[in-house]
Amino acid sequence: MTEVHDPLMTAVGLRKAFGRTEALRGVSMTLAPGEVLAVTGPSGSGKSTLLLCLAGVLRPEAGHVQYAGQRLDELSESRRTRLRRRELGLVLQFGQLVPELTGVQNVMMPLLLDRHDRAAARTSSLGWLERLGAGQVADVVPGEMSGGEAQRVAVARALVAGPRVVFADEPTGALDTLSGERVLEALLSSARDTGAAVVLVTHDNRVAATADREIVLRDGRADPRLVT
Amino acid sequence: MSLGHVLLGVLADGPAHGYDLKRAHDERFPAVKTLAYGQVYATLARLERDGLVEVAETTQGAGPERTAYALTAEGRAALLGWLEKPEPAGPYPADDLVRKTVVALRLGADADAYLRRQREVHLARMRELLALQRATDAVDARIVVDHTISHLDADLRWLETAANRLAEGRGR
Repeated sequence: MTEVHDPLMTAVGLRKAFGRTEALRGVSMTLAPGEVLAVTGPSGSGKSTLLLCLAGVLRPEAGHVQYAGQRLDELSESRRTRLRRRELGLVLQFGQLVPELTGVQNVMMPLLLDRHDRAAARTSSLGWLERLGAGQVADVVPGEMSGGEAQRVAVARALVAGPRVVFADEPTGALDTLSGERVLEALLSSARDTGAAVVLVTHDNRVAATADREIVLRDGRADPRLVT
Repeated sequence: MSLGHVLLGVLADGPAHGYDLKRAHDERFPAVKTLAYGQVYATLARLERDGLVEVAETTQGAGPERTAYALTAEGRAALLGWLEKPEPAGPYPADDLVRKTVVALRLGADADAYLRRQREVHLARMRELLALQRATDAVDARIVVDHTISHLDADLRWLETAANRLAEGRGR
């Protein structure tokens, strides 16, 4: 896959520190269109930081991320925000849904922020909830959902704008094996159908085994011998 | 678990011929050694002698005579008695994964590289099993695969911990 496609995303020499802790110490990697990439490694090895740099949420201190031919750090803040909303979906471990909004309102959010028509946004959001098997929580607030349901809503929200890359940080980390399996299957089959690439930060070997390729981080570096 | 229990367990699904028993067993437990016909027929004869199975039906087709066996009430009781007793937890002897890692350390060879190669093999096998599991709706088949996946997962966790311990050792 990587041989025949130009990479969709390339990271070159990413460095990022939080205070005196160096989370990333020069990570380079590529992501092919439609590829499912697992990022694994011990706690504190820089996995989540890498994911957030790739997703354009964190800005690396050195190095850069190139997406579809453009460097994220050279975009204006407003263009980067638009890119995050339209082309890059993000799913975090605990869903991070807005507690005051219902399931469908949470899913609609990226579309409304992007000034889509409200009725159309609602229709497509309901469609995504159904597809992910979470139609029953469309009118339920997050506090009344199970962990698996909330995570499906978060996946629907990440996919609703039709992103080209979905970033997921331990998407099954808070779920039991079977709920995790269903959420992962829903995420990957939807990504497959839409052609989106997926970057999965995970501790779960089942999740890593599902990926096309794995990058292992250790002490803020991608162990070159551990890139399969 | 004896082969007797294995066959009684398969007969719990309903009467079957020796041939069907072998096939059902081999399909359901793809990870274990396949049964030999001779073994199956000899065990069925013993189970019949002990009153745990009985002949349900004998049919004469074009080929040799075929005998279907069924679980008797005693056979069912024997299975239930066997279920009553939990299995001992282990022991899990040190297997070749552990031996190779320790030998690599003693030789001063690249233990990390061994652990990495092993992880790839384990992940690839897990990938195959997950695909196999997705391809079936049968609950018992999925449960059987879960068991193998859980053991692979335990090995993968051990491989990861071992790699982390090596890194920690280098850091000291």
